[in-house]
Amino acid sequence: MAQRILSIIGSSIALIFSIVLFSLVWQNGTMVIQAGNWEAPYGITMVSDTLSATLVLLTGILGLAISVFAAGSIVNARARFGFFPILHFLFMGLCGSFLAGDIFNLYVWFEIIIISSFVLLTIGGEKAQIEGAVKYFTLNILASVIFLTAIAVLYGITGTLNMADLSLKIAAIEDKTLVNICAMIFFVGFGIKSAVFPLYFWLPASYHTPPHAVAAIFGGLLTKVGVYAMIRVFTLIFTLDPFLENVLMGVAMLTLFSGAVGALVQRNLQKIFSYLIICHIGFMVAGLGMGSTLALTGAIFYMIHDIVVKANLFMVGGLLYRINGTSNIKRMGEMYARYPLLSLLMTVPLFSLVGIPPLSGFWPKLSLIMGGLETGNYVLIGFILFGSFMTLLIIAKVWAEVFWKKKEVTNPPANFRFFEAHTQREKILILIPIIFLSILSLGIGFGAGPIQALSERISGELSDVSTYITIVLGEKSN
Amino acid sequence: MKTLILRTASNYLLPLLLLFSVFILLRGHYLPGGGFIGGLIASIAFVLHAFANGLENTKSLLRTHPGFLMPVGLTLAVISGLAPGIFGLPFMTGLWYDEAIPVIGMIGSALFFDIGVYLVVIGVTLTIIFTISESA
Repeated sequence: MAQRILSIIGSSIALIFSIVLFSLVWQNGTMVIQAGNWEAPYGITMVSDTLSATLVLLTGILGLAISVFAAGSIVNARARFGFFPILHFLFMGLCGSFLAGDIFNLYVWFEIIIISSFVLLTIGGEKAQIEGAVKYFTLNILASVIFLTAIAVLYGITGTLNMADLSLKIAAIEDKTLVNICAMIFFVGFGIKSAVFPLYFWLPASYHTPPHAVAAIFGGLLTKVGVYAMIRVFTLIFTLDPFLENVLMGVAMLTLFSGAVGALVQRNLQKIFSYLIICHIGFMVAGLGMGSTLALTGAIFYMIHDIVVKANLFMVGGLLYRINGTSNIKRMGEMYARYPLLSLLMTVPLFSLVGIPPLSGFWPKLSLIMGGLETGNYVLIGFILFGSFMTLLIIAKVWAEVFWKKKEVTNPPANFRFFEAHTQREKILILIPIIFLSILSLGIGFGAGPIQALSERISGELSDVSTYITIVLGEKSN
Repeated sequence: MKTLILRTASNYLLPLLLLFSVFILLRGHYLPGGGFIGGLIASIAFVLHAFANGLENTKSLLRTHPGFLMPVGLTLAVISGLAPGIFGLPFMTGLWYDEAIPVIGMIGSALFFDIGVYLVVIGVTLTIIFTISESA
């Protein structure tokens, strides 16, 4: 019990700090700290530009929501093996990777994320969990090795690891062959982590196995760390040439397609959501690949919306599992008749995901499509529309199966406790984060103006990296 | 492994190895050594003791569960990292007391970081080894 209270208090403090950081960055622009007072590029630099601050803020919000959800839903056996400390290690790794200003430091934070997520996946020791964890760990450690190789090559070319310094040194290199190869190695490494086509298969194989609180943080933030790293590396260090743009866009199209088709054939609710994660990673990669500021704005907005909604969806999935005693949508049913108010609550994340205007998924797609028209990538627009349409179809299917159809008899596992059997306190702890995140995504949808302005500011900063470099390196960059 | 020679030797080796580990910890800033290697040597001392005298005796010698050292060490390391903040310096900046102290040498915030690492390493290593030998 004490662990749960401490966890919630800790997450609240982290949220307060992230709000302070965000408001400072919003007012004063990019902030930088040189750890150990060793000046850049020799020391370890932590940088917070608007993108980092926004993602840290989102991590803070999700951290609090998931701490509360975990406090209500994690069984004591898991808590005894250190579930909550490891959960907070994961949050630390996430914040660290968003703030790292040094590419090797970024790698170290990635390792912290992998190690803690591996422990979170395996705590409990169910057979399915171990199987999922092995797949997850193998692929992610492979991605880390590839990432490390890319760093080694980059260090060999330039002799520096500071991202701002790298940006200057790379730009000064005449022969781009090795630089482009290095960029591709980075892309493969981050591609595995962010689950793009054809390297996504570890994700649906592992995300449905851990407790729902863990799946929520994984679905909300872990793949987005890969996307964040991709955005950071391909805007700051490497400049996108037409070849790289085409690769990114091609991968985005195939990711959208395979994710959507994969989700269509699944019956396990958690697996459907896992494939939808893959599908929607495609939107962000597409936004990055089009190479226009408007499309990048769309990608950033989509990321903000997606982090909130995906985490909420997995928690909703957890709630549905507890109510029905199964994750198979064919066996669920009659939610609407049995729980009208809860169903109304669950419509918010489900339909925000689809992007029915004015809910939050609609606005970033508008920017993405306008960006596509601006750059003349009509095929990509086709795939974006296809992805959105398929999401609508899948969510409509889920809605019809889970909320309208007659319920079938389920055989829940032994010792299964239905939602009704939970204590009042557990019910509240499970419901509060879902309500909170639903209100938040409603807020993102109805208050799209400020979020759009935020995304525009972020993509403006990403397109013009000179401020970032000057702030990190001080006067030396001139 | 319960031979008289090993048991007698381990009783003398335990304090010697612990002293040696502190020596390694203290010389670590400019010379080879430091918290990590010092922590490993200290845990070897306890592992050797456990080999010779049995796990239960080592546990009663330690009094607390070694896992308890992990949060203590982490807290110490974090505090030593945050301490420069009081003087308005960035995270982890080395703070040094001006004059050298006999035997120990120069005192700085890096020493406390190293002591934190030392405690964490002992805690982690002993927890792992004790858990394995308990279930074996």
